[in-house]
Amino acid sequence: MLGGHMESAAAPPVIEFRDVSYQIAGNQILSGFNLQIQSGESVVLLGRSGSGKTTSLKLVNRLLSPSSGEIRVKGVPNTQGDLIRLRRSIGYVIQDVGLFPHFTIERNIGLVPKIEGWPEERIRARVQELLQLVGLAPAIASRYPHQLSGGQRQRVGVARALAADPEILLMDEPFGALDPLTRDELRREFLLLQQRLHKTVLFVTHDLREALRIGSRIALMESGRLITVLSPIDFLRSAEPLASAYVKAFGEGLESAANRGTS
Amino acid sequence: MNVFRFMLHNHDQVLELTLEHLRLVGFSTLFAMFIGIPLGIVIAHRPRLNKPVLASANIIQTIPSLALFGFLLPVPWLGSSADRLAILALTLYALLPIIRNTYTGICGVDAAVVEAGRGMGLTESQLLFQVELPLAVSVMLSGVRVAIVISVGLATIAAAIGAGGLGEFIFRGLAMVDNRVILAGAIPAALLALLADFAVGWLERRLRPR
Repeated sequence: MLGGHMESAAAPPVIEFRDVSYQIAGNQILSGFNLQIQSGESVVLLGRSGSGKTTSLKLVNRLLSPSSGEIRVKGVPNTQGDLIRLRRSIGYVIQDVGLFPHFTIERNIGLVPKIEGWPEERIRARVQELLQLVGLAPAIASRYPHQLSGGQRQRVGVARALAADPEILLMDEPFGALDPLTRDELRREFLLLQQRLHKTVLFVTHDLREALRIGSRIALMESGRLITVLSPIDFLRSAEPLASAYVKAFGEGLESAANRGTS
Repeated sequence: MNVFRFMLHNHDQVLELTLEHLRLVGFSTLFAMFIGIPLGIVIAHRPRLNKPVLASANIIQTIPSLALFGFLLPVPWLGSSADRLAILALTLYALLPIIRNTYTGICGVDAAVVEAGRGMGLTESQLLFQVELPLAVSVMLSGVRVAIVISVGLATIAAAIGAGGLGEFIFRGLAMVDNRVILAGAIPAALLALLADFAVGWLERRLRPR
């Protein structure tokens, strides 16, 4: 009885990578990757392009399958159970957004609820709720994606990912293609949103500033390996060579910009 | 001398041959769509198959039409009916544009859109019917349009094996060295081609995703 109680106290990580490797056409993309993400955490995968960040993300919703090792979602290997169910329980946001150009915004956001068989009324209400949540006007519902700005489109992308209220959110450089001001705005809004929703977020970026703002922890990756996992504060102080290289490059950027202003 | 007076005088026959022509083109295009669209969908998803399938369709396209009609003539069940034979030959010719445009249309769908759809948990058939096909449909239809225009022209040659159609007038006119008779076949055929081109073009624009 006591054992049962203790078990429920220590909930399994929401996402867990167990010794995951991925290779394709002889290229080792990911090797010996271990990471645990607890409920309500925002873990940022930080690294340069080709470091295996996006691959790790796609392994979670099984857009890719690992060559070895396993990924557990809520304690269960993600290969167990239905693939489609798994994906519908995980929100997915990508840099290019990928809105359906032939659907209105309403249909874009309401697609998963619709194929899940929600009644029309409930879908419409949910779409309006989500538009408000991501800071878009209700009138946008009847527009088409090409009539929206990049920032609006990405907001819709986030709303669409949240439609069926998934516990997990996978975000692959969601703000990467936006101009700096819009990007900053969306990051800020995302943080506010996350304070309310407490989703478990796995977030990919190559931008340290973004990682520091978004992440409750930062997982630093390099050539398919996990180098270290640190809180934003510890990351800034870290003596780990790659981490400090990131911080240095980031600081130099600010410094040189400032110097150029004074000289 | 007047072509139109000739056509007016023989309007029964002009109408009959036009309808025959339409029948040949209509059936063959439908068959080609039934075969070509699924084939195009399959090769868009199985890249390994696209080369052999497109190459085969290409090869068929290079066989001269008169030769193809001739080749098929001795085939038992087919050869016994000129209509059947003509429809089969026209179907084979219509395949290439339909397969190729289906393939191109589906491959042309933005990869991010497909990835987002798959990541959201659309099944492969939901992805096909709700995303890929609607976005590819205008490209696919322009293939159908090309196929129809080609068929209208090729179907005139079907008269050589006795399948009827407007080619009857053309061959008869050639034999009689009478331009009026040739034109009585050629003009309605050209009009049919233009009309079909226009109609499918209109449909294509209507269905084009915004």
